[in-house]
Amino acid sequence: MIVELGHYALALAFALSIMQTVLPFWGARAHEARLMAVARPVALTQFAFVALSYAALTYAHVASDFSLANVVENSHSTKPLIYKISGVWGNHEGSMMLWVLILTLSGAAMAAFSRAIPPRLLADALSVQGLLCAAFLMFILLTSNPFARLSPAPIEGADLNPILQDPGLAIHPPLLYLGYVGFSIVFSLAAAALIGGRIDAAFARFIRPWTLAAWCFLTLGIAMGSYWAYYTLGWGGFWFWDPVENASLLPWLAGTALLHSAAVMEKREALKIWTIFLAILAFSLSLLGTFLVRSGVLTSVHAFASDPQRGLFILGILVLFIGGALFLFMMRASSLKQGGLFAPISREGALVLNNLLLTASCAAVFVGTLYPLALEAFNGDKISVGAPFFNLTFGPLIAPVLLLAPLGQLLSWKRGDLLGAAHRLFFAAVCGLAAMLVFAAINGAPVVAFIGAGVAVYLIVGAFTEIFGRIFPSGLGAPKNAFYRAKGLPLSAWGTAFAHAGLGVTLLGLAATGWGVEKIVAMKQGQTYDVGPYQLEVLGLTSEQGPNYNETLAHMSVRRDGQIVALIQPAKRFFKTRRMATTQAGIVTLNFGQIYVSIADQNESGALDARLYWKPLVSLIWVGALVMAFGGGLSLSDRRLRVGVARRAAKIPAGAQGAS
Amino acid sequence: MKARLFAFFTLLALSAPAFAVQPDEILPDAKLEQRARNISANLRCLVCQNQSIDDSDASLAKDLRLLVRERLKAGDSDPQVKEFLVARYGNFILLKPPFEWDTLLLWLSPFAILGLGAAAVFAARRKGQDAQGDKAVAPLSEEESARLKSLLGQSPDEGQA
Repeated sequence: MIVELGHYALALAFALSIMQTVLPFWGARAHEARLMAVARPVALTQFAFVALSYAALTYAHVASDFSLANVVENSHSTKPLIYKISGVWGNHEGSMMLWVLILTLSGAAMAAFSRAIPPRLLADALSVQGLLCAAFLMFILLTSNPFARLSPAPIEGADLNPILQDPGLAIHPPLLYLGYVGFSIVFSLAAAALIGGRIDAAFARFIRPWTLAAWCFLTLGIAMGSYWAYYTLGWGGFWFWDPVENASLLPWLAGTALLHSAAVMEKREALKIWTIFLAILAFSLSLLGTFLVRSGVLTSVHAFASDPQRGLFILGILVLFIGGALFLFMMRASSLKQGGLFAPISREGALVLNNLLLTASCAAVFVGTLYPLALEAFNGDKISVGAPFFNLTFGPLIAPVLLLAPLGQLLSWKRGDLLGAAHRLFFAAVCGLAAMLVFAAINGAPVVAFIGAGVAVYLIVGAFTEIFGRIFPSGLGAPKNAFYRAKGLPLSAWGTAFAHAGLGVTLLGLAATGWGVEKIVAMKQGQTYDVGPYQLEVLGLTSEQGPNYNETLAHMSVRRDGQIVALIQPAKRFFKTRRMATTQAGIVTLNFGQIYVSIADQNESGALDARLYWKPLVSLIWVGALVMAFGGGLSLSDRRLRVGVARRAAKIPAGAQGAS
Repeated sequence: MKARLFAFFTLLALSAPAFAVQPDEILPDAKLEQRARNISANLRCLVCQNQSIDDSDASLAKDLRLLVRERLKAGDSDPQVKEFLVARYGNFILLKPPFEWDTLLLWLSPFAILGLGAAAVFAARRKGQDAQGDKAVAPLSEEESARLKSLLGQSPDEGQA
């Protein structure tokens, strides 16, 4: 009964989404305020119905209702509760439900928190959002129904893919989807602005909070996925330039470019057309990711793919929205007045350069991901595009972005002082060079590692140089009032500093992978093995019973200079239902580096085949992403940039608004 | 999305519970072994999703790793090993696609887009400058400057209204 209610709620949500598409749009054309006002409650109700439906599906999973095909295929009665809940999105149908849940959540959020947006623009935006919801709800109802019953119901389920039975599954997809789908708000607003035909600097202010929020979630989601891959796959790789990974990097790059171009639009009313284009691009690339994952076009053994009907449907959605938005864009772009001329040496000039480079690096990832598919379709040739390609194209395009980030922060709007900015970066550059020398002296080769580490330190120090200059205007010698000045600085300035510094922290972690130590050995008990500055020893093997698996644990001690600093238990798990084994790496974080051990089987002589790694500073890769998202969050909470505040400020006579 | 891991998951599932380079594969000659590692890091495990044979634990990857080591032991140079494998499996095995006529677009388009974008920015600047230049350069006629003076004489509030 509950399951039927869920299915019915989903159908009702679809009806509501059609309402949300048609009525406000009509109202905006007919200048009928009451019709436009329908959008808000409908968006909220629609979210409530999808949430209800989602809850019903979760209930079926938690209660192990094996009369549902979706539960049978992906669950088991002995599966731990957390994986019964997160397992809902561990399959195609359920993950589409999560996608639509977040899509309607985005619509509801836009309806609830956008009172400052002009009613016509909001009505059109909610209408576009409604159309998005309608398309995806129809996709679920027609091709991927999670509520399909099975008769007769089997007594037990097939269990969830063991590698998905990991806390990563509970965190990674929701974060990533919040990022992907969060960009739908920006997309809807851009489409609405194009429909309305009036685009001014205020538009940049409307999309700012949504772009920032989506960007933060996407940053966290990608980082979480990368860490999950890192500890699951057993050899410590964290990024493979796999098409599905690239699909998440593409909207991130476009979103990052959008954040920066929207800043220019907001302050200088320039780059309007470009900002609108990026707003469309960011979500279009998210949609592309969905298509790539689910359509089966990828040349891989892919658990999500395989149904051409679904692929065709998503392709249709893709063509409708991306094509429609680009068509609108082409119709309107020429009539938009391109405002604001600017000097090349200025904050906006630097941001244009940033956008050029980010777009080109986005293009490198895009081409690298899709070219093999296109070429194979074109002449049947199969090629692979892997890490070496991206290192040679994406690498040189993104490197100048890193080098120029601190410089851009120090240039002022309108007319910047390049020499002055370079002069103020002197300290950061010295820090970077010093770090480079120290790292080279201590760790030595490879060259890329210590150069990268030096650049990273320069980036971190440089990120805070601007803030430092504002807190200590006359140098460290005069600390008077420094605290109050620090408190008085806008949170968005701190946000920028932290986000850029986070990039530096990640870069430091990436650079340090060059100094990693790897040992592949057959470990014997009672013998110690050197890994970097540490010594590992196997203390013993034990077998244990998990809720739905058996595992073999290897107990190892980690010593440094004779002292035990940590104990680790790498393990192998064997899942009974699916008859699959997984490796659980033994990981301990020491001084931001990690000892990483994964084990295979005992060989005939009783020795344990194992891979031992010392990865210095590796945790900084993900710490950096946390710092970036923290910076985004700071910027998001800047009161002065909230949309509602902007409207209140607008009511104050123009003369009262000083220089910003 | 969780799906990005699926490929590896599926592979892990397909392969025997072992992992990439195993102790018994390692060549006694450290130099030769290093060469083997370097070569295999750039070869694609054919059944995997962009994983190199050095990283993959699929059984095919293991066979290929052993093959690379065999060729090296037989005295092949690094390029010879690669050529041998390309002859067998095609360019698909190279993680770094060759620079040929049908990959020209692949290698050049990111930089072409950078170039086009830069050109567009310069063109837009030029156009803007010209437009603004026309306005700025045209000097005020006497009539206009007289009018300007009289306007400036007025209180600014009136001027704004």
